[in-house]
Amino acid sequence: MRARLLAILAMWTATALPAAAEQVVLGLSQNEIAITASFDGSEILVFGAVRREEPIPEGPPLEVVITVAGPSLPVTVRRKERRFGIWINTDAVDVDHAPSYYAVASSGPLRDVLSNIEDLRYRISVPRAIRSVGAPMNIDDSMAFTNALIRIRNNANLYQVLEEKVVVDQQTLFRTSIRLPASLTEGGYVTRIFLTREGKVVSQYQTTIDVRKVGLERWLHALSLNQPLLYGLMSIFIAIAAGWGASAGFALLRR
Amino acid sequence: MQVYLPIAEISVNAFLLLGLGGLVGILSGMFGVGGGFLMTPLLFFIGIPPAVAVATSANQIVASSFSGVLAHFRRRTVDLRMGTVLLIGGLIGAAAGVVVFNYLRSIGQVDLMVRLCYVLFLGIIGTLMFVESLSAMRKSSAGKRPQRKKHGLVHKMPFKMRFRVSGLYISVIPPLLVGLVVGVLAAIMGVGGGFIMVPAMIYILGMPTKVVIGTSLFQIIFVAGFTTMLHATTNYTVDVVLAVLLLVGGVIGAQIGTNIGLRMKAEQLRVLLALLVMIVCGKLALELLLMPSELYSIAATRAQ
Repeated sequence: MRARLLAILAMWTATALPAAAEQVVLGLSQNEIAITASFDGSEILVFGAVRREEPIPEGPPLEVVITVAGPSLPVTVRRKERRFGIWINTDAVDVDHAPSYYAVASSGPLRDVLSNIEDLRYRISVPRAIRSVGAPMNIDDSMAFTNALIRIRNNANLYQVLEEKVVVDQQTLFRTSIRLPASLTEGGYVTRIFLTREGKVVSQYQTTIDVRKVGLERWLHALSLNQPLLYGLMSIFIAIAAGWGASAGFALLRR
Repeated sequence: MQVYLPIAEISVNAFLLLGLGGLVGILSGMFGVGGGFLMTPLLFFIGIPPAVAVATSANQIVASSFSGVLAHFRRRTVDLRMGTVLLIGGLIGAAAGVVVFNYLRSIGQVDLMVRLCYVLFLGIIGTLMFVESLSAMRKSSAGKRPQRKKHGLVHKMPFKMRFRVSGLYISVIPPLLVGLVVGVLAAIMGVGGGFIMVPAMIYILGMPTKVVIGTSLFQIIFVAGFTTMLHATTNYTVDVVLAVLLLVGGVIGAQIGTNIGLRMKAEQLRVLLALLVMIVCGKLALELLLMPSELYSIAATRAQ
């Protein structure tokens, strides 16, 4: 484990941006998350150091922003309205790009450590990470739909804003821990580290955490998609067998 | 103990699911209903995505109905002939129901229609049964035997057939129609249709309550199995891990429920089922009428 970590560290160091004066050397407690039958969320530790050739620059201290984003999928946000006395879905807005999971952790309040322009450029804060091309003509408050999406996913712990949760030591070492909930979508989770000074991004680094199902979970998921007929028959067979088993068992008990 | 469900993609408590399955199984065995109309809303409540909840409860219904029907077979309270006639109507109806379901989905109001169907049918059936069985209880306690052998429309139609277990000699048209209507509704509402079937058999066909339950269960196995296959092959939403957890509780519950049901009077059984149906109906109606705490909902956009 240790040797592998070191190897990964070495590889990252080699591929980091050469242009920036300050570069990120990153470590992750896990660079792969396996969803097993007993999976109940996971906590990843993101830690690293800032490598520089020169002394620490004068002026305001270095700040760190870390984002983890799950695979983006298009979603439809629907709104209920009262019609004929009952609440039914009426308006709907399609959001083209919404990460299934998104966490942004920063060493200070996000507004202070990151300027608006940089946020726009790198799409760091939660509302910026969601891309919505446009609402239908008849909806004039499309922002309400995006806000609802953020609110619902916030409540489900799928979107997390972790301000002042990144600990920075002597402008060189940083660490934070990010909790991934149990309801994860499979795929690559893009992890980005931004170093900022006075709200400007001075260096960035990107890597991917692989989240995938393993073992039985993977096998069942694949079977349900690739052999749906077989999967359906298997489900029914299990049901019939269980029904017969319980009936036979109780008949034995009564005797 | 938390278990991760591979299709629903969430993690839930295994004991909660076992308990839920057991509870619904008891009711299923007692009343001869598959329990889908209870299981599906309960699964929504614990956070299973609706599509997975509907498909998986169909699978679970197969197990609990099968377990229940075996108990009834031993007591010879299944009218196989009647069950087959109902089933023929049911499968035709289910196939037609899928067409209706796909049409509703294309106009984008399937959720609302399913809910309205639930409220409407549960409301009507629950109220009718409640009123009828209360008056039957009053009559039987007054010492009068309820009048059963009435010669209504079902006796005048052609294609008469003898249903020995039920003690009936009636036309096959009414049971076929009952099966058909239940099949359509079952496909739209994603349930076995027992809660419609049971009262229809009692009040329209005039079958004795004890036979009704076994026969209904027999019929439900096939309709629910058919629904499971449809969901597995078209929507890929049957979660077998969830189903196994539910059905382990469900099949045991169904056995207990069947024994409870056989020890109770028919009228009592009907009053209880009526109350249960009315409670579920009331809850669903309130959800439609009261302002929801969250007006917005998120759905994955299907790749066309």
